[in-house]
Amino acid sequence: FAEFDDAANLLAANPDATTISIDEPGEIPKNQHSHLHEPGREEDDELLGTNDSDKTELLAGQKKSAPFWTFDYYQTFFDVDTYQVLDRIKGSVFPVPGKNFVRLYIRSNPDLYGPFWICATLVFAIAVSGNLSNFFIHLGKPTYHYVPEFRKVSIAATTIYAYAWLVPLALWGFLMWRNSKVMNIVSYSFLEIVCVYGYSLFIYIPTAILWIIPQEVVRWVLMIFSLCLSGSVLVMTFWPAVRDDNQRVALVTVGTIVLLHALLSVGCLAYFFDAPEVDVPAPVIPAQNGTAITKSQ
Amino acid sequence: FPGLTDVSISEDIPVEGEITVPVGSHSPDEDFSTLDEPVRETIMRDLKAVGKKFVHVMYPKKSSALLRDWDLWGPLVLCVSLALMLQGGSADSRDDGGPQFAEVFVIIWFGAVVITLNSKLLGGTISFFQSLCVLGYCVLPLTVAMLVCRLVLLAGSGTISFIIRLIVVIAMFGWSTLASTAFLADSQPPNRKALVVYPIFLFYFVISWMILTFTPQ
Repeated sequence: FAEFDDAANLLAANPDATTISIDEPGEIPKNQHSHLHEPGREEDDELLGTNDSDKTELLAGQKKSAPFWTFDYYQTFFDVDTYQVLDRIKGSVFPVPGKNFVRLYIRSNPDLYGPFWICATLVFAIAVSGNLSNFFIHLGKPTYHYVPEFRKVSIAATTIYAYAWLVPLALWGFLMWRNSKVMNIVSYSFLEIVCVYGYSLFIYIPTAILWIIPQEVVRWVLMIFSLCLSGSVLVMTFWPAVRDDNQRVALVTVGTIVLLHALLSVGCLAYFFDAPEVDVPAPVIPAQNGTAITKSQ
Repeated sequence: FPGLTDVSISEDIPVEGEITVPVGSHSPDEDFSTLDEPVRETIMRDLKAVGKKFVHVMYPKKSSALLRDWDLWGPLVLCVSLALMLQGGSADSRDDGGPQFAEVFVIIWFGAVVITLNSKLLGGTISFFQSLCVLGYCVLPLTVAMLVCRLVLLAGSGTISFIIRLIVVIAMFGWSTLASTAFLADSQPPNRKALVVYPIFLFYFVISWMILTFTPQ
């Protein structure tokens, strides 16, 4: 390693000398891949990711080399720029049929920034929107006294974070177990699954805000729409991982994923948002002393 | 010193001075030791530092004083006063009321720690306690907003008071976010600034929401 010593000595002698640093080799191939596979001629490979699986293995090995008790290890999970996070969010909101979210956007650089802050935003969006919608629904009633309902924030936080972290854990364990029995071509790491789940929850943030509208029909339409979008992201991600398995197992797995996702959104709608009351035209009841009293619900 | 053999001092120039170093009240130890100063001076020094930082927050310019000499007294005072002022907003059942003292405390400190960790993980060069210090001090405008809201609520709680409170809280929320961004932005990597600023925005939004929805019993 004589040449390294020389370089170090040179740099020590003249600290202001210009140095050339070589960019991390992982960055350039990542950008090139999205252009190479754009035409979609190799849709299957895109879904499976077999073309770049070797490279991604190498890249994964290069990146996460710090031991897990150092700060640098966790820094590798936050190695994303603003445009990457925005791209991933866009990919979760506009799922392209046939394109796998993990292969297209994550590309062996799963980040924890997206899942964590999308869940945090969703918790507060649901709590605040629920509080606002209840306020508007009950506004005008003489017996109504506004309450901030702060307890619901902790309930929302527990639910959302449990969903976004425990369900991927269970799914990852299940997929690992199936992998040991049936040789699947596609397998995801735990962080990639957490990433997909985290980003797929993004669509619920505008949905929760729009749930303030006190119309039952509007709320259900919004819920089904967002469920389809985020559910399709999840289905398109996990179908290739289980389709080589026994068909019943594959269908049950994908069905459970969608069912849990639906349960989350229905549960949130039911618990945090009071049902908007139906407005019945107030019947006028003539009172005994001659003045009309309107009876309102 | 071979070059100085031919130098000589003439007789009529007096050479004088003291060889010994005077030991007394000017020894270097006494300048750094604050053990003997009156307690009032010690406390006033810290209070002045805290007060100076408050002024920096209210008029945020890119000064490094807030970052260099960080302290957590100011954030503690602000957090405790904010949590105390948010008391008294209760409802019929404990479950539906506003946040309790411990909840406000935990939200502010845990939120500040999480945001600091986030900015460090994203590659920020600021130290842990400096970031805590900045985030804590920038709660000052929101504490002022809380004070104003409580005074307005004393006058009445109708629509007009709500509009006044809304405007005040929105203005102070913007001030807090801008102040903390002004102090923290320089230490972040350039293409991740938005990733660092967004959690700060969320943090102050949550505190503003708690202030705005405060309803006295």
